[in-house]
Amino acid sequence: MDAPHLPPRAGLGLKPQHYAEILESRPDIGFFEVHAENYMGDGGPPHRYLAAIVDRYPLSLHGVGLSIGGEAPLNRDHLRRLRSLVDRYKPQSFSEHLAWSSHEETSLNDLLPLPYTNATLDRVVAHVEEVQQALGRTMLLENPSTYVLFAESTIDEIDFLAAIAERTGCGLLLDVNNVMVSSVNHRLDPFTYVERFPVHAVGEIHLAGYDETTDAAGERLLIDAHASRVSQDVFALFRHTLGRTGPVPTLVEWDNNVPAFSVLADEARIVDLAITEVSARGDRQERVA
Amino acid sequence: MTIGSVRQADFVAALVDPARAVPSGIVSYRGDSDTKRFAVYRNNVHVGLVGVLAAKYPVCAQLVGEEFFTVMARIYVADHKPTSPIMMQYGADFPAFIADFAGARSVPYLSDMAALEEAWSIAYNAADDSPAGLAEIAAIDPEVLPDLTLKPHAATGLLRSDYPIGSIWSAHQAPGVAVRAGAEAVLITRPALDVKVTVIPTADAVFAHDLLQGSAVGDAVERTLISHPEFDFGSALVGLCSLGAFSQPALT
Repeated sequence: MDAPHLPPRAGLGLKPQHYAEILESRPDIGFFEVHAENYMGDGGPPHRYLAAIVDRYPLSLHGVGLSIGGEAPLNRDHLRRLRSLVDRYKPQSFSEHLAWSSHEETSLNDLLPLPYTNATLDRVVAHVEEVQQALGRTMLLENPSTYVLFAESTIDEIDFLAAIAERTGCGLLLDVNNVMVSSVNHRLDPFTYVERFPVHAVGEIHLAGYDETTDAAGERLLIDAHASRVSQDVFALFRHTLGRTGPVPTLVEWDNNVPAFSVLADEARIVDLAITEVSARGDRQERVA
Repeated sequence: MTIGSVRQADFVAALVDPARAVPSGIVSYRGDSDTKRFAVYRNNVHVGLVGVLAAKYPVCAQLVGEEFFTVMARIYVADHKPTSPIMMQYGADFPAFIADFAGARSVPYLSDMAALEEAWSIAYNAADDSPAGLAEIAAIDPEVLPDLTLKPHAATGLLRSDYPIGSIWSAHQAPGVAVRAGAEAVLITRPALDVKVTVIPTADAVFAHDLLQGSAVGDAVERTLISHPEFDFGSALVGLCSLGAFSQPALT
């Protein structure tokens, strides 16, 4: 039912300040990813450049504003806008978050957490089904980074994601930085998280840098910041993840304090090397996608 | 015992108002309510939106410095949350907010500069459209020219300020631009890929304003001549068209 998949290589977030350099130097990058909402203007340079990029590279369309975890019905106008981007650019992948970001008329421009209960599971499943129907394709749903828990939660996050994937047929986007952030924040073992994750459903991996602070009790609290290189512990967890998944398209996210393109390309090279190593080792591949 | 569920309305109410307590049922892994953990979300929302404004109004931020801009933007963000998930649309009333912001009075042109940067952003994202060229206008029979109306190009914006905002904006793009005190009219267009910011003569701005509002050329010329008797409509029309201000001519 889908367009061709993203290649199992390193990809980079596409930033306006790098448009011209990418088109001139044609770097060997596996794919580019864009935030869908940044391409919801009517025209102009963003669309012109994106059209030129998709002529040369596979594209991952990554939504940040659909509020799939929201209590309210999905925003139909927003779904229509996503559909028109999907039709126009034919991305190899569309992904969104297990989170919410809008309430009534207000958009909060952040990915907010939701409790994991039977009621919220039914709601997210219905929303994912609606998205897939509206877009005419399957999507990937990303595990969140969280700073708090809900006392009412009755379902473990991995079981919650696995149930959504099973009931909707959607794939999962495994954000390894989010795994580290949430695991440290909730005193869980990130390697156990990856061990338990339904890797057969993983269609993409995200990597990013985190920031660090402390909570009210003075304990270590990680912040999903996307403002630096991927940290060593996250990279080690990524290598471990690749051992389970085999080669997977892997995005390096760097959205704040965006550096020169050459720095991003360096990160991509390091990720490509790790993917090549795991392919060469012929590690077991539980992934079917 | 059943644990109550946290409604997203309560989450949002606490998110946008730091004076409110963390909603009960939102806990740390220890099971306690932890204000610093919840504050990460409060901070993400506010820092994220301040970042959206800083990216959209870079010259304003340079004019007042990052620190002042951040304070001002945070005050704006506190009372003006986005109503759309499309962040390029956020901050449309930021220029009006700045005009009323007492702290910014020492930079009296800041609000007009924000309006210029808002217009720049609109132009940058406006629908693709081919501008009416000089040749098209020149081919029109002079007899019918007075009845002509011109459809604005989707990207076109016009601002008039008591301050030289166009020159100040240009000086922040490239060094060596002279800035002289006084009022300026600025036309913002996107004839091809790039947005153009051009200071135009005051009389041309009066004329352009009328044309962009849908006046016929003849009426716009008459009105402009009242305040600017020396106005040369031919060169004004050539100038506006060469900047790509209009989309298509139409005879009414």
